[in-house]
Amino acid sequence: MTSKTSRRKFLKTALVGGAGVATAIPARADEYITQAMTTPGRPFTAYGMPSPHEADVKRLLRPPGISPGSGASQTPLEHLEGIITPNGLHYERHHNGVPDIDPATHKLLIHGLVKTPLEFSVDALLRYPRVSAIHFLECGGNSGALATPQPVQATAGGLHGLLSCAEWSGVNLGMLLDEAGVEPEGKWILAESGDAASLSRSIPLAEAHEQGILALFQNGERIRPEQGYPVRLLMPGWEGNLNIKWLHRIKVTPGPTMAKDETSKYSQSLKDGKARQFNFIQPVKSVITRPSGNMTMNGPGYYEISGLAWSGHGKITKVEISMDNGATWVEAEMPGPILPKCLTRFRLPWQWDGKAVVLQSRSTDDQGNVQPTRDQWKAPYSSAQFYQCNAIQCWQVGADNTVKNVYA
Amino acid sequence: MLKPLLFLLAAAAPHFGQPADPALIKAWDVSIPPDGKGLPPGQGSVAEGSGIYAEKCVMCHGVNGAGKPADQLTGGIGTLASDHPVKTVSSYWPYATTLFDYIRRAMPVTHPRSLTDHETYALVAYILSIDGIVKKDAVLDAKSLPKIKMPNRDGFIDAYGATKR
Repeated sequence: MTSKTSRRKFLKTALVGGAGVATAIPARADEYITQAMTTPGRPFTAYGMPSPHEADVKRLLRPPGISPGSGASQTPLEHLEGIITPNGLHYERHHNGVPDIDPATHKLLIHGLVKTPLEFSVDALLRYPRVSAIHFLECGGNSGALATPQPVQATAGGLHGLLSCAEWSGVNLGMLLDEAGVEPEGKWILAESGDAASLSRSIPLAEAHEQGILALFQNGERIRPEQGYPVRLLMPGWEGNLNIKWLHRIKVTPGPTMAKDETSKYSQSLKDGKARQFNFIQPVKSVITRPSGNMTMNGPGYYEISGLAWSGHGKITKVEISMDNGATWVEAEMPGPILPKCLTRFRLPWQWDGKAVVLQSRSTDDQGNVQPTRDQWKAPYSSAQFYQCNAIQCWQVGADNTVKNVYA
Repeated sequence: MLKPLLFLLAAAAPHFGQPADPALIKAWDVSIPPDGKGLPPGQGSVAEGSGIYAEKCVMCHGVNGAGKPADQLTGGIGTLASDHPVKTVSSYWPYATTLFDYIRRAMPVTHPRSLTDHETYALVAYILSIDGIVKKDAVLDAKSLPKIKMPNRDGFIDAYGATKR
């Protein structure tokens, strides 16, 4: 048998010999017979988990707010591929923790300006015909870091990870509103959560009736407690905050209730001191996730630039990449799927010469909305305003192989 | 042909909701719109609210609602159009009903829904008295609370309505 020393010697000799012999069979071919190939593997598991080697792929936990369950965790966008967010990595934004709700006791109440106030058990909700659709969810405060005067150095997920995408399945809200029978004076609904925050938001009745989904399933399985188990409201493309989790009450009202989260928060202050309210739809946006903040480049050579684009208004029609501070733009490929109000993956092959360069992505949707630069986005707003920030993200790739968030 | 069609029509409108228990509606219907509809009986004074605030609120919202670690409640009136806008209940919130609604459903953060209606009226009175939005001897109830005009009452633009017009 050849010793390790002699094998190294052999390989060295072979490599020196030229490219033609670099593929020579190693002296001890059995070294390539791994333990995984020679030892029977572990048995079945009732609920599978990611490889332990992927333990670093996890939600980024933000420091909690006033209570341990107030705050957010973010999706590690830079570690993920395709468009679907695994359920355990879906971003969280809670206002007073994740409740433990027994579906056997949970109820959904529909009342207010209806002919017959109704209550639904979860079992009852599960009996209705279902719809399924893949949609992104984005917190209204996502990317708010881009509103700060100095660029925050963080990963793509750290800056933009209050964003996830899942296949949601459940019941059309309109069907249940029809069952209760909305009175003619009913023009809005108030949707409320059954947790310790009792978060409530007002939504125009017509939109809730037409678009609202009572989501019971997330990527095929029942929705996670962090996403509102046993049932959440989904308003596709609308600001995350009004996709009420742990949904337990819908009141049909003549007008908006002016809840705390649609007045004091999630409203957009303008320079003149006025504030935009009921600006429901998340605007057209994109971010390059590879390469992205805090990554280390491997020196000059081939890279695939890749990222995500989305719009609450509809489908993405175009993503362009600039490598010269926005002077010229080249269209990225979008291999699909391209779905309305859904994350869309884009890709562009790139040969990096190793010199410092700023990478930017700019998306356009089928309603003609184009993602603005940071200066354009900031222009109308008060200095304190950070909601629904869809400014173009600029990543500076340095000759030292660093990738930084810059304002270019 | 006709038989399966009838079957489909009959199955087109499932009804699995049950008439809601009036006690359930009473227990859960805590939302208060700007006209004050649904405000409960009872009343509370600034003086009473001051005592409750010192016991249950000051540790998070600071003396006189100055904030830290939780949201600043007072001050900032007139700053919204400046370079350093300070958004508080006093300076930013358009309706006093929202304050009643939010305190009763979600505060204090460690014991939400523990405050009585009486305590909630008193806390609203106290918080709004700090910047003089109500007088120091004010007593709030279902009638007086919706009449309070917040300083930023006309500070909001309805973006949804604007796009529909």
